[in-house]
Amino acid sequence: MDIEKELADIKAKLEAMPGKENKLSMVIFSGDLDKQIAALIIATGAAAMGMKVVLFYTFWGTSALRDPAKKVSGKSFMGKMFGFMLPKGRNKLKLSQMHMAGMGTAMLKDLMKKKNVASLDQLFEAAGMLGVQINICQMSMDLMDLKREEMIDYPHLNVCGVATFLNDAKESAIQLFI
Amino acid sequence: MSDYTVAKTLDCKGLACPMPIVRLSQEIAKIKVGEVIEMFTTDPGSLADVPSWAKSTGNAVLENKQESGVIHFFVKRQK
Repeated sequence: MDIEKELADIKAKLEAMPGKENKLSMVIFSGDLDKQIAALIIATGAAAMGMKVVLFYTFWGTSALRDPAKKVSGKSFMGKMFGFMLPKGRNKLKLSQMHMAGMGTAMLKDLMKKKNVASLDQLFEAAGMLGVQINICQMSMDLMDLKREEMIDYPHLNVCGVATFLNDAKESAIQLFI
Repeated sequence: MSDYTVAKTLDCKGLACPMPIVRLSQEIAKIKVGEVIEMFTTDPGSLADVPSWAKSTGNAVLENKQESGVIHFFVKRQK
């Protein structure tokens, strides 16, 4: 067989291989404070390392993107219930362990301040500056009757579906699920 | 050994992971290729993290020194 043809063949195959981009895709499924902090530390770290970063917020994770100052009308009964039961924004998230009716979470936040660990507010600000893309799962928003208008003001925010996530994940060198 | 012409100084003392490399990535963009940024950290993790960052981004850590809990890096922008 002709070597040049073979090389062109290999090149085409390499082009089509998944995971070739210097990019991180992460599913943020959990609405736990500790997991969200870990996710944002990895995301901002990756962006600082020069990687493209796409975060796909789904299910309980979407609570972190609610803006407590925004109110929307026209929600269904179940939507109102969800709105009431779910944490209103990233500063209302609870620890996955040792929450202890709020005491544990408050203690951790206090400790983070003392040890100069970036808060979720600071991490979101850094993520925005570094160009971290946030995609919200449309289906989760529909299910819990969350409206686009009640989400935070963030410079790179989109609403999309699983196909967009899969497309990003396929191109990424790293994929994570938190 | 440390006679570099420093184009910029970055103070990350007291900052925890991931802020030192976040700040470094932002500040190094403000100097020219070939110039050197000096950086101070107190986070022991940055001893491993700054070289990892440099390796991944194609820049170079010229030197690091430790004096009484403060780590002093010299990082050269290469691209």
